[in-house]
Amino acid sequence: MSDNQTRRGIYERMYRILTVDTTMRGLMMKGTISIIYYSPRGQEAIPSAVSAALTQGDYITTTYRGLHDTLAKGAPVREVIAEIIGRSGGTCKGKGGIMHLSDPRCGVMATSGIVGGSVPIANGLALRAQMTGSDAVTVAYFGDGATNIGAFHESLNMAAVWRLPVVFVCQNNEYGEFTPRMESMTVKRIAVRADAYAIPGVTVDGNDPDAVYEAASAAVARARAGEGPTLIEANTYRFMGHIFGVDQMEYMPKEEMQAALANDPVPAYRARLVAEGIATEDELAALEAEVKAEVTDAVEFALASPPPDPAETYTDVYAEAVPA
Amino acid sequence: MTDKKTTMVAALAQTLDWALDTDPDVFLMGEDIIDPTGGAFGITKGLSTKYGRERVRETPISEQAIIGAGIGSAMLGGKPICEIMIADFYAVCLDQVANHAAKLRYMSGGRTTVPLVIRGMLSGGLNFAAQHSQSVEAWMIHTPGLKVAMPATPADAAGILRTAIEDPDPVVIFEPVGLYGASGPAPAGEHRVPLGKASVAREGADVTVITYGGQVPNALAAAEQVAGEDISVEVVDLRWLTPWDEQTVLESVRKTTRAVVAHQAVKRAGFGAEIASVLQEKLWGTLRAPVLRVAGANTPVPFATELEQTHFPGPDAIAAAVRQTVKT
Repeated sequence: MSDNQTRRGIYERMYRILTVDTTMRGLMMKGTISIIYYSPRGQEAIPSAVSAALTQGDYITTTYRGLHDTLAKGAPVREVIAEIIGRSGGTCKGKGGIMHLSDPRCGVMATSGIVGGSVPIANGLALRAQMTGSDAVTVAYFGDGATNIGAFHESLNMAAVWRLPVVFVCQNNEYGEFTPRMESMTVKRIAVRADAYAIPGVTVDGNDPDAVYEAASAAVARARAGEGPTLIEANTYRFMGHIFGVDQMEYMPKEEMQAALANDPVPAYRARLVAEGIATEDELAALEAEVKAEVTDAVEFALASPPPDPAETYTDVYAEAVPA
Repeated sequence: MTDKKTTMVAALAQTLDWALDTDPDVFLMGEDIIDPTGGAFGITKGLSTKYGRERVRETPISEQAIIGAGIGSAMLGGKPICEIMIADFYAVCLDQVANHAAKLRYMSGGRTTVPLVIRGMLSGGLNFAAQHSQSVEAWMIHTPGLKVAMPATPADAAGILRTAIEDPDPVVIFEPVGLYGASGPAPAGEHRVPLGKASVAREGADVTVITYGGQVPNALAAAEQVAGEDISVEVVDLRWLTPWDEQTVLESVRKTTRAVVAHQAVKRAGFGAEIASVLQEKLWGTLRAPVLRVAGANTPVPFATELEQTHFPGPDAIAAAVRQTVKT
């Protein structure tokens, strides 16, 4: 079991993700912003706990639904929000958006809009660490749908053969876009796919931060020790469907959603911390007020950040400028 | 250049050896590249023995994983040189090449970069049929963020590779298989072909043939053919396809006022269409004849020799196009 400070840190990350997400959806509903938005609501626990098992010098790759992964790894909230609303002050100068968030300063190396597309790149980050003798570990985040694509299987195989310091974290939210998981695969546990590559495969309750932390710590320690990759399947649920505001979620059974909402990881973990005496009600309220203030400030920063100069269209294609 | 002769295979092997020797961040990845095989054409022979299997790395037959591993390593300061054995195999890793390697610099606003080299054989003319003979350079040229090159001589193969290894962006190099064994002057010292710089392979006055890769020797043969008919052909070997040397091409065509573009890739939406279009945009009024394209037939590459020879253009087709521009 993790120590008290670690657990409070996990909750703080979860609450930050929740607050950013709630704020972004609020701004969209009000019409203040109009963006494509993949809500991570419901999946807060996974990267919050995994990040607690990582250091600043470790790396992650993720997918279009990766806002929570990016925030949990420590990317600055101001620049993240500016990026997802397409402003010059964003982490990527407004050129990436939510589907391509990155911030190498804190190890967020690549976010891909292609299902499974960033998994092979995670291997490369891990390979570089291995070849240079660094003890950095790379976490590849992806969804259940990505485990049906070739890139995932090629990557697990190569990572196993080369014993790469990588942890594959599948955030199994039971849907690949609009299709229920079990209509796309026949294995009940995604973790069994690790068996095909003779690497450990672990299934955890992705809404239980302590369980995720335990699994992640073991996998990270194994990777750091040069013992190779692990596949973690963290079971969770998406509360807001595929694309927020576009997806009417008719294909998601109401009872299933109600059960998932009743199992909301954020209030559940809060209650656990209070019940176990890890933090008092007052301490958590103070922490939440701080996070809210941080997000309010970040939104003000982002909305005040000017849109990119049109001339930026032609920069960063190559090291050299491209003629307009 | 020197008086000494070499082959493209030997020039590439020497350059890879130089890169591994001089830069500890350089490493190679690919299928079957280690000893005793040393690659399908022996280009990497001896290198795994000399530098170890950590830096000369045999991979599973997993092109997506190969390119992904290259991308990630390159993002953290490595200088991977990935081999895609035959250009047709880009079809199974195009996501990593076109959606990731090409776009990460842009998508990150310049915060991450991918100094990755991908090289390998571009086939054709060996009876390898439809899936081992394609010229796929247009896929890459059409993707902003990639730099693309195709050498036609041993010295240029070495010089392009050296430039690519030192370049901060992803570079795709297609090596025409028909020229792997052809002899040519050895490169002098650490020869580099500057990014985007073409070479005038033959000077002439009446028609410019703009070409690259395997069609360069065919264009030179065509120029010989028509020289007896008092037609003077200038041959421009582009070498780099992205960025390409518009200045050298325009200067040449301004002088000759006629142009033929020749490539092995299929004609439809091939790179020749781009060059012809730029020539019209920039030299309308100067051109004395329509820009003609000599290219592969708009079909898959067939197996049988007779069919394959029909599919690919040769010196005769280029000579015929040259004559046609002069008649106009």
